[in-house]
Amino acid sequence: MKSKAPSCPYLLWMIIFTIIPLAMVIYYAFTDKSGNFTLQSFADSLFYTDVFVRSLWIALLSTAICLLIAYPLSYIMSRAKSSTRNVITMLIMLPMWMNFILRIYAWVLLLQNDGLVDIAVKLLGLDVPLLGTTGAVVLGMVYNFLPFMVLPIHSVMLKIDNRLIEAAEDLGANKVRIFSKVVFPLSVPGIISGITMVFVPTASTFLVAQYLGGTGDKMIGDVIENIFQRDKNVGSAISLALMVIILIFIIVMNKFGDEEAAVA
Amino acid sequence: MKKILSIALSAVMAGTAALACTGCDSQPKEEINVFNWGEYVSNGEDGTLDTIAEFEERYNVKVNYTNYESNEEMYNLLKESNSSYDVIIPSDYMISKLIEEDMLEKINFDNVPNYKNIMDKYKTTDFDPNGEYSVPYSWGVVALCYNKTMVEEKPTGFDVLWDKDYSGNILMFNNSRDAMAIAMKLKGITPTTVTKDDIDVATKYLSEQKPLLKKYVMDQVFTEMEGDQAALAPYYAGDIAVMMTNNENLDYVLPEEGSNLFIDSMCIPKTTQNKELAEKFINYMLDAEVAKANAEYLGYSTPNQAAYELLDDEVKNNELIYPSDEYLSKCYTFSDLPQDVYDYMQNEFLKVQL
Amino acid sequence: MRSRRKIGSKIYVALVMVFLYIPIAVLILYSFNDGKTSVWKGFTLKWYYELFNNSAIMNSLYNTLIIAVLAAVISTLLGTFAAIGIYNMKKPVRSLVTTVSNIPIINPEIVTGVSFMLLFTFLGTLFNFEMGFATVLIAHISFCTPYVILNVMPKLRQMDYSIYEAALDLGCNQRQAFFKTIMPEIMPGVISGLLMSFTYSLDDFVITYFTRGPKFQTLPIEIYTMLKRRISPTINALSTLLFVITIAILIIVNIRERKTEKERMTD
Repeated sequence: MKSKAPSCPYLLWMIIFTIIPLAMVIYYAFTDKSGNFTLQSFADSLFYTDVFVRSLWIALLSTAICLLIAYPLSYIMSRAKSSTRNVITMLIMLPMWMNFILRIYAWVLLLQNDGLVDIAVKLLGLDVPLLGTTGAVVLGMVYNFLPFMVLPIHSVMLKIDNRLIEAAEDLGANKVRIFSKVVFPLSVPGIISGITMVFVPTASTFLVAQYLGGTGDKMIGDVIENIFQRDKNVGSAISLALMVIILIFIIVMNKFGDEEAAVA
Repeated sequence: MKKILSIALSAVMAGTAALACTGCDSQPKEEINVFNWGEYVSNGEDGTLDTIAEFEERYNVKVNYTNYESNEEMYNLLKESNSSYDVIIPSDYMISKLIEEDMLEKINFDNVPNYKNIMDKYKTTDFDPNGEYSVPYSWGVVALCYNKTMVEEKPTGFDVLWDKDYSGNILMFNNSRDAMAIAMKLKGITPTTVTKDDIDVATKYLSEQKPLLKKYVMDQVFTEMEGDQAALAPYYAGDIAVMMTNNENLDYVLPEEGSNLFIDSMCIPKTTQNKELAEKFINYMLDAEVAKANAEYLGYSTPNQAAYELLDDEVKNNELIYPSDEYLSKCYTFSDLPQDVYDYMQNEFLKVQL
Repeated sequence: MRSRRKIGSKIYVALVMVFLYIPIAVLILYSFNDGKTSVWKGFTLKWYYELFNNSAIMNSLYNTLIIAVLAAVISTLLGTFAAIGIYNMKKPVRSLVTTVSNIPIINPEIVTGVSFMLLFTFLGTLFNFEMGFATVLIAHISFCTPYVILNVMPKLRQMDYSIYEAALDLGCNQRQAFFKTIMPEIMPGVISGLLMSFTYSLDDFVITYFTRGPKFQTLPIEIYTMLKRRISPTINALSTLLFVITIAILIIVNIRERKTEKERMTD
């Protein structure tokens, strides 16, 4: 199947529904309220650099934690019986079908003073507030995006033949080498998809910080949502900047992935 | 895997088809698009009146009832999309703005005989001086809610929100207008119409408050106060009354410096495609029993005299819901601000929060 | 050695499940709370009863489900074929197209939402239509398809192309070869994409808010607009019911699958 034809319907769709909105954002980012070209919107958006950096940092952290938790789970799933695997897949997705706000509120109740998790943590001897912290925000992010890291990675790992692993064992490789030379390289395409699908939304998400964070935890997504409705120019400038940074990150990651996959 | 999905999909489709058929109707009816806040009309729970369903039945029409989350979002949809709404229920300052931008229809009061039910003092307002474009639906004041077990002496005004003794246990409004108004009034500025200099004064004062705050909240105030999680919060009177019924540790204070009196009114935007039906709807909402049911569900104060008389004495005498005229004279309403001033206010507040 | 690993795996999976489901347990618990507050006031079933009486919520639920199912299915079809086509492109073009297709994911939702609103309003005044079901569906397909592509592409990269060529050599025509060799290979990715699309569409608020028009409301909007006041426990009841129904389907299908697996093994 060498033809590019199957992609035509979507390419057409993309032109109308992806490129046009993008063009709008670019237009607004480079103009002022009366439509004249200006870089003032970018200048104004420099004020939010701190929030920007903080959001990217939280996004990276959340993505990394997601990856750490999802990777072993994906591996276990890929080696399991088909029926077990399907059950686990559905069980992982199911919480995401409960409304987003209800899930956040549930965490609020769990993390607040005398909430279940708060009590558990205090029993362990740690007397720290849980709600209203950056940690709570990261927790909320990981909770909401874990399935989106698990799905692509496990789907790719399905293809990793057990016999390859057995062969490596027979050849005398220890666990670490099996992982770094066999499993990890073959799973890279899945990892890259997973990171893309988690890092991007966590960088631009809003509401999570509003409910789980404290006064110092506002994220760039909250800022954009706040500004965009009354000032499309500055809002677009910030969005465009965010987009460019994320794109750079993804391109770099893909280059790395291509190299790793090539080695494998 | 495929099996699970195909069964699930068919179950979902069957279920939704069943749901759809319960609402099936073959006759085309007149339709009206009503755009309102969420949880703002009595919806039939606990045997109360289902406002929308009752209107549909009485007049044999279909109501397309959709919600918005803030005045600004409603305004954006009204202005920038070609959606046609017949009735909207914005707040005072937004109505003032809509009138100025010529986005509202003048109401034909011949079609709204129940208008006589509205208390005289609410028939004309700051934002609609001749009462031509709006019909009041609910009103209320902003008050202070505090937790008796966490606060030593009963506060007298909003200045307690800056009290260092309660650092880390204070909540504040997460919207610029309400937050700045509190700050301004404490600094002697009446927040009805403001200048950029007034905003700067408020910004400075709010910055001093930020380190003492637990959080900026809107709906989260319910979980915080009802769960004994915070000591002090300013919020809307009706909601404070609800919080108090859910947690006996809570009490309220009407601040001695006065606070915001807000009014939400029903209007007909110029995009309406059925003005007479819209007026019929407004008339229906003014019916004493309907207005009473809505007032009880909402918990806010009603400007409808006929409905007021049907309320329980306990509610009528509740100073929080129906404050004395003496307190009301200290209150201020919000007027529309010039766009650049309002944008400036929102920007400065965002910067304080960062 | 094997058994220790197995127990370790089971414990790990169990821990992750606990993490995922504690909030769900809280959510379900509060659907039985006698009162609209966050404080527990006693057990009641009244919210379930109210749920079925509440035509607004039922209507929103119907809208939400229909859009989610249609958006998921259409996005998956569109996206799978797009991924195949893109995979066959030459490297520089492929990189460009992949990047562009990721844009709906990268764009903050409010930007996507408002730009769609402006686009639909412009087209609407031109062709005289109002926003509603169709515009919401189009918007949802637009932001779901990139996820399908991101799920299917890695499977395409993994695939051994020679199997397809072997099938052609053995006498299959292109269509047969495709369905017999390529489809099974990418199917896990397709399913993942389908699930993700359904999930994202089900919970979307911002984009739906700006593209719905005056007559169409979905469940997330119903819920978000309760937030100036508070969320009614009827929503918890609704979520609990959806949860129970899905679990029931899962159990039934799983029992049947295990049965067929057992039969296959004893053959």
